Amino acid sequence: MEKNRLTWKLGGKAGEGIMATGIIFSQSCSRGGLHVFDINEYPSLIKGGHNTIQVRVEDREIFSQVKSVNVLIALNKETVLLHKDELTSGGGILYDSSEVLDRKELREDIRLYPVPFNNIIKEIGAQAIMKNNVALGASIALIDYDFDVVARVIRDTFKRKGDKIINDNTLAAKAGYDYLKKNFPNDFNYKLEKIGTGGRMLLTGNDAICMGAIKAGCKFYSAYPMTPASSILHFMAANERRFNIVVKHTEDEISAINMAIGSGFAGVRAMCGTSGGGFCLMSEGYGLAGMIEVPLVIILAMRPGPSTGMPTWTEQGDLKFVLSASQGDFPRPVIIPGDNEECFYMTAGAFNIAERYQTPVIVLTDKYLAESHKTTEKFDAGRITLDRGIYASPEALAASDEKTFFKRYKFTENGISPRTIPGMKKGIYSAASDEHDEEGNIREEIEERIQMMQKRMKKLDTLARELKHPDIFGAKDAEVTIIAAGSTKGPIKEAMIALEKEGVKANYLQILYLSPFPIEKVADVIDSARKTVVVENNFTGQLADIIREKTGRNVTRRILKYDGRPFYPEEIQSAIKEVLAHG
Amino acid sequence: MVRMIDLNTIDKPNWCPGCGDFGILLALKGAVVELNIEPENTVIVSGIGCSGKVPHWIRTYGLHGIHGRPLPVAAAAKLSNHELTVFAVGGDGDGYGIGMCHFIHAMRRNIDMTYIVHNNMIYGLTTGQTSPTSEKGMRTKSTPSGVIEVPVNPIALAISSGATFVARSFAGDVKHLQKTIVNAVKHRGFSLVDVFQPCVSFNFINTYDWYKQRIYDLETVGHNPEDKMAAFVKSQEWGEKIPIGVFYKVALPTYEDELPQIKEMPLVKQAIDNVDISKLMDDFV
Repeated sequence: MEKNRLTWKLGGKAGEGIMATGIIFSQSCSRGGLHVFDINEYPSLIKGGHNTIQVRVEDREIFSQVKSVNVLIALNKETVLLHKDELTSGGGILYDSSEVLDRKELREDIRLYPVPFNNIIKEIGAQAIMKNNVALGASIALIDYDFDVVARVIRDTFKRKGDKIINDNTLAAKAGYDYLKKNFPNDFNYKLEKIGTGGRMLLTGNDAICMGAIKAGCKFYSAYPMTPASSILHFMAANERRFNIVVKHTEDEISAINMAIGSGFAGVRAMCGTSGGGFCLMSEGYGLAGMIEVPLVIILAMRPGPSTGMPTWTEQGDLKFVLSASQGDFPRPVIIPGDNEECFYMTAGAFNIAERYQTPVIVLTDKYLAESHKTTEKFDAGRITLDRGIYASPEALAASDEKTFFKRYKFTENGISPRTIPGMKKGIYSAASDEHDEEGNIREEIEERIQMMQKRMKKLDTLARELKHPDIFGAKDAEVTIIAAGSTKGPIKEAMIALEKEGVKANYLQILYLSPFPIEKVADVIDSARKTVVVENNFTGQLADIIREKTGRNVTRRILKYDGRPFYPEEIQSAIKEVLAHG
Repeated sequence: MVRMIDLNTIDKPNWCPGCGDFGILLALKGAVVELNIEPENTVIVSGIGCSGKVPHWIRTYGLHGIHGRPLPVAAAAKLSNHELTVFAVGGDGDGYGIGMCHFIHAMRRNIDMTYIVHNNMIYGLTTGQTSPTSEKGMRTKSTPSGVIEVPVNPIALAISSGATFVARSFAGDVKHLQKTIVNAVKHRGFSLVDVFQPCVSFNFINTYDWYKQRIYDLETVGHNPEDKMAAFVKSQEWGEKIPIGVFYKVALPTYEDELPQIKEMPLVKQAIDNVDISKLMDDFV
């Protein structure tokens, strides 16, 4: 029997409440002190179409989803047909007994648990939509988990909808639970047991980003809805009055970034967010912020392109795009967090970089990180400190000439010029998207152009010197070194655990900043590694190409995936073994 | 007291001699002086084109942004610090062409700001192509056989899109223009001032004389700007006689009025160094 090591999957038609039910299950496990990682898969439509949520649960911290499933809950027959091969030996399918399954089409080692979802619904007089709760309850009985925890999560989930909704949902889940307990022996191979009271958060990368932004004092958020960034807009909007934030759903992404620029110019910590397609529209504004040196944080949650691509799936295909988006050269810091903690602390940090260096900062994620829930320890909010950058001193303002504009773009050693914002007497200046002099006046002379370009670009050099990069993770004498960035962190860590059990020593260098790029660090790691491999979710190996461009080292071993799905640890594990076996 | 001289800049305007933009800049400066708004509490946001240069030639805070986008920048500057007096300026190409989407949505929002459009019915800085307000049939570099489309009617569009102050003036009548801008700033809400601006280099049809022969002030005919239907009727007048002045105005709550977040103080003045997210984190446990 396998205790507290389980992958649970619920599938059915979009609009049947699949995700909500899955999150209730995730939260119920988290509240029982267990660790959870869930992933949802859904098409870009609202009703019909196939939806799943897969929840992995263990009694240790887990970092990613896995491929194999132990419990499959099928609200329709399609779910069985699509996912039966993911089941482990001894795994079970819980399905509606009105569906006729052909036993011959299923492996013999899969156990079947037919439950009359619809009849149960009718008997208790609940609405058809509550079928998923019956299924949830039955699955709780199957894995022998504590129903009371689930009932409490249902109550908290629906507390705003009133007692009737809470009671109906609880009753439906309990009816499913009782049916299974009564009609099947308690001999399923996989069981969950409460090991504590939790105390951890269950949240997505987008949630963590919002918390980081709010803690950092973000007061203005503008966005146009786009999967997988939309839940940032929802989070910020839901909390706008609680934290005094102005949240604007704009007419398009062009407006979103220009609004954030207007707010940053006025002195407010501003952020906008989108996915790749929206960032195409933001590109011109991105360059404006770089040119007029307005602090701004941009969240870009990637999904597969090109064009509309696969709107609700995942990819890391925009790395090279963001590094050269918008015309010309300007400092383009790009942060690429790999988990919820990094989403939180590095988003907060992005505001400091934006204000200290007076430039737009991109936080790059993808759908897998943005929308998957993971149990996460509460953040240490006390670790967040604010660096508002350099403002013009009262003395400098007093000394400034009232006949000219303030030298807002003053040439300095490190390229950073003391700021002023509207309202500051004697700090008056006019920002120009044209090339300009220290006062912002339009200038096209050779010397001034060269000096101003150097001033702006110097800021990136200064930032590069100040950034700290993570050390290599894992054994120093590893047979193979994995280099990666972003959401591949979780599956890589899981693959390393599995490889270690097989006696394979691997280590891992995570790149947190695509720009300024940790050139020396990466070059050193490649030079001292026995074998190097890059893992990334795109077709061409964009990170490997960036590494080659920046360090001159060509990593030819590239584990790539571009089917819209995230890496599973099993895939990385076997690909690494392949690399070791064949070069 | 703010004086005209306080608004002067080291750089001097380099528009073509005789350009209507000089009249607009003069009237804008005159309005800032007349209203006595401190230059440090004034923000002028522009887009691209000849009009885009305005923030460089008047000593207030300014932001010369990108083509067609001054409205979102200006709107957010106002929402971030509503104690500022905020202007957006742009041309007909900037506002009614590439920036048309923002124009309509800015009016729906009714943020308290003033939008001045240098409407010369031609693309000047790119040396003479058709604009969204060029008259049908006008021959330009990009329409050598004449414009096929009908022109945009910014006044009618503004009345129907939710602007709460809709006016037109003429760069050749600085007194009228200054008075119009002053009233636009005094109005709480989104104000449009569409300005007939002769382009002496590329538009040889809509000249100073062309306008002078046609325009008349709505005030002189007893137009009631609070009558939306009458305003709409007046907005359709074009040809021998063209009205200028205030077409429409209405007192409605501004966007800022609807935001409790900024009731006590502007966003920019709110402390951010001690945001408590402990309860927010509890919500996720």
